[in-house]
Amino acid sequence: MTIKFVLALCFSLFAAAAPAQGLAPDVQVKTITNEVIGIIKQDKEIQAGNRKRMDELVDAKVLPHFNFSRMTALAVGRNWPKATAEQQKALTGEFRTLLVRTYSSALSTYRNQVIEFRPLRAAAADADVTVRTQVIQPGTEPIAIDYSMEQTPTGWKVYDVVVGGVSLVTNYRETFNAEIRDGGVDGLIKSLASKNRALDTQASARPK
Amino acid sequence: MLRRILGLLLVTALIGLSGCATTGGSPGDPLEGYNRFMFGVNDGLDRAIIKPVASGYKAVMPEFARTGVTNFFANLGDIWIGINNILQGKVGAGLSDLGRFAINSTVGIVGLIDVASKAGLDKHNEDFGQTLGRWGMGSGAYVVLPLLGPSNVRDGFSRLVVDWHGDPLWYVGNIPTRNELIGARIVDDRANLLDVSRLAEEAALDHYAYVRDAYLQRRRSLIYDGDPPPQPNSDKSSDSGAGADVVARVGMEMPPAQIVTQRGERVMTAADEELTPAREFAQAQPVAARQEAAVAVLDGSGPEDESKIAYDREVQPAIPAVAHAGFVQTGLKP
Repeated sequence: MTIKFVLALCFSLFAAAAPAQGLAPDVQVKTITNEVIGIIKQDKEIQAGNRKRMDELVDAKVLPHFNFSRMTALAVGRNWPKATAEQQKALTGEFRTLLVRTYSSALSTYRNQVIEFRPLRAAAADADVTVRTQVIQPGTEPIAIDYSMEQTPTGWKVYDVVVGGVSLVTNYRETFNAEIRDGGVDGLIKSLASKNRALDTQASARPK
Repeated sequence: MLRRILGLLLVTALIGLSGCATTGGSPGDPLEGYNRFMFGVNDGLDRAIIKPVASGYKAVMPEFARTGVTNFFANLGDIWIGINNILQGKVGAGLSDLGRFAINSTVGIVGLIDVASKAGLDKHNEDFGQTLGRWGMGSGAYVVLPLLGPSNVRDGFSRLVVDWHGDPLWYVGNIPTRNELIGARIVDDRANLLDVSRLAEEAALDHYAYVRDAYLQRRRSLIYDGDPPPQPNSDKSSDSGAGADVVARVGMEMPPAQIVTQRGERVMTAADEELTPAREFAQAQPVAARQEAAVAVLDGSGPEDESKIAYDREVQPAIPAVAHAGFVQTGLKP
C-alpha cells in the first residue's frame, strides 16, 4: 500500500472538543483539530516524544467526543447483540484502550502537515453526517480523513474515522469475527486484553 | 535482472499457491494459507534488509532532501497516472497530471519541488489495476505477492505485466543506473511508510488480517477516487444528498454484473456470516439488484446496526446464482 496513513491516523484524533457543544459537526472538527495541532506545535515535550503528555492531550481534548460503545458495536458487527451487557462493557473498554493508544501513537508522528477542511454536504436536520478533511503531503495525493459523526444528547460524537478509504473501526471486523468464531466473545476480550498488555510492556521498555 | 528475480519469485509463489490454496479460516480469503506464508516471508525480508536500510536513510537524510527524492520519483509517476486517468475517461484529471509533470519537471527542477500542487493541480493516485476496476473487472482473490506485498489477482497482474511499462525508470538505458534508481525508490517508499507500518503493527490483533482488510478497503476507495458508492452495511446511509447520488452512480458508474469469483463468496460471507468491510457487495450484484439495494439503503436502513443486519438479510435473495455456485464450491455452510 503506497499511502501514508500516518497522518491520517494522526488526525483521527482530532475529533471534537469540550466547548464545542452545539456547534455544527464540521465546525467542531475544525475547532478541535486546530486546537490539538496548536498544542502539539507548541509543546516541546510532546515533540520530543513524551508519550505520556500526548496521552493526556488525547484524553482531554479528543476522547470526550468519541462514542466508543458505538465504535465497538460497529467493529464487532453481527455478534454484538449476542454478547452480554458485561461482555459488551469489557469489549468496549479493551477496544477503547487499543484505539486510543494507536491514535496517540499516530498523532505523535505529526510533522506540520497541512490539513484542509472540506465543505459539509449535509442538511441541517441530519443527525448523522460525514465530516471530510484531507491532509496534504509531498509526493502523494491528498489523504482523506473522514469522520462519521452522529448527534447525541451530549453533542456530536465521532463513531468512525475513515483514513484514505479505510475505516479504522470496521477494519477490525474480520479479525473480531474470527476471534469470536474460535474462542467466543470471551476469547476476543482475552485477545484484546493481552494485546493491550503487550503494548504496555513495549511502552515501558522504550526509553522515555 | 530485477525482473528476472521478480519473475522467479512469482513462479515460486504460484507453485506454492497451487499447493496450499485450500487452507484458511476467512471465507473471503481463499488463498489465506499461501498468503499468510508469503506475508511472513515478505515481513522477514523487510525486517532483515529493507526496513533497516530505510530507517538508516531516514535518520541520515535531512527532511527537505527526502522530500525532494520523494517528489522526484512521484513526478515520474505522474505520466502513467495521467494516462490511466484518461483511460478511465477522466480526461480533465489526466491532462492535469500531464500538466503537473510538465510544470514540475521544469519549474520544479526535474521534479524535486512539487510546484504544481501549490498551483492547485492536486496529485492523483492511479494505476492500471484501478483502470481495470473502473472498467468493471472484478478484483479476484486477495494475493500477497512476493516482495511486492498485498494485492489481488487483477491488481497483481496489472502491476507485474502492465504498470512497469508506464514507469520511466524502466526505460533508463544504463542498467546499473536504472537499478540504482529503482533501489533508491524502494528505500524512499519504505522510509515514507515506516510510521504507518509501525502503527499497523501496533493496532492489529492479527497483523496479516489487518493489512489485508485495510488493503481491500483502500483499493475499493481508490477505484472510486475516494468516493465509493456506499456499501449496504456502511452505516453511513443517512449521508445527506446521498440519495440521488447513489441511484445515479449505481446506474452509470457501477461496473456491469461480472463473473463472480472472490466477490461472490464475499457476498455470501457478508450476507450470512458478517458484514465485512472488505466485501465488495454492491459490485457483485447485477445492475437491477444494485438499484434495489441502493433504494433499500435510502429508504430502510437507519444508522443502527440492527437495521443494517436486517437489510443484509433482505438483499440476500438478490444475490446472483453465480454467487451461490461459487459459494458451494468453497464448501462453506450458509
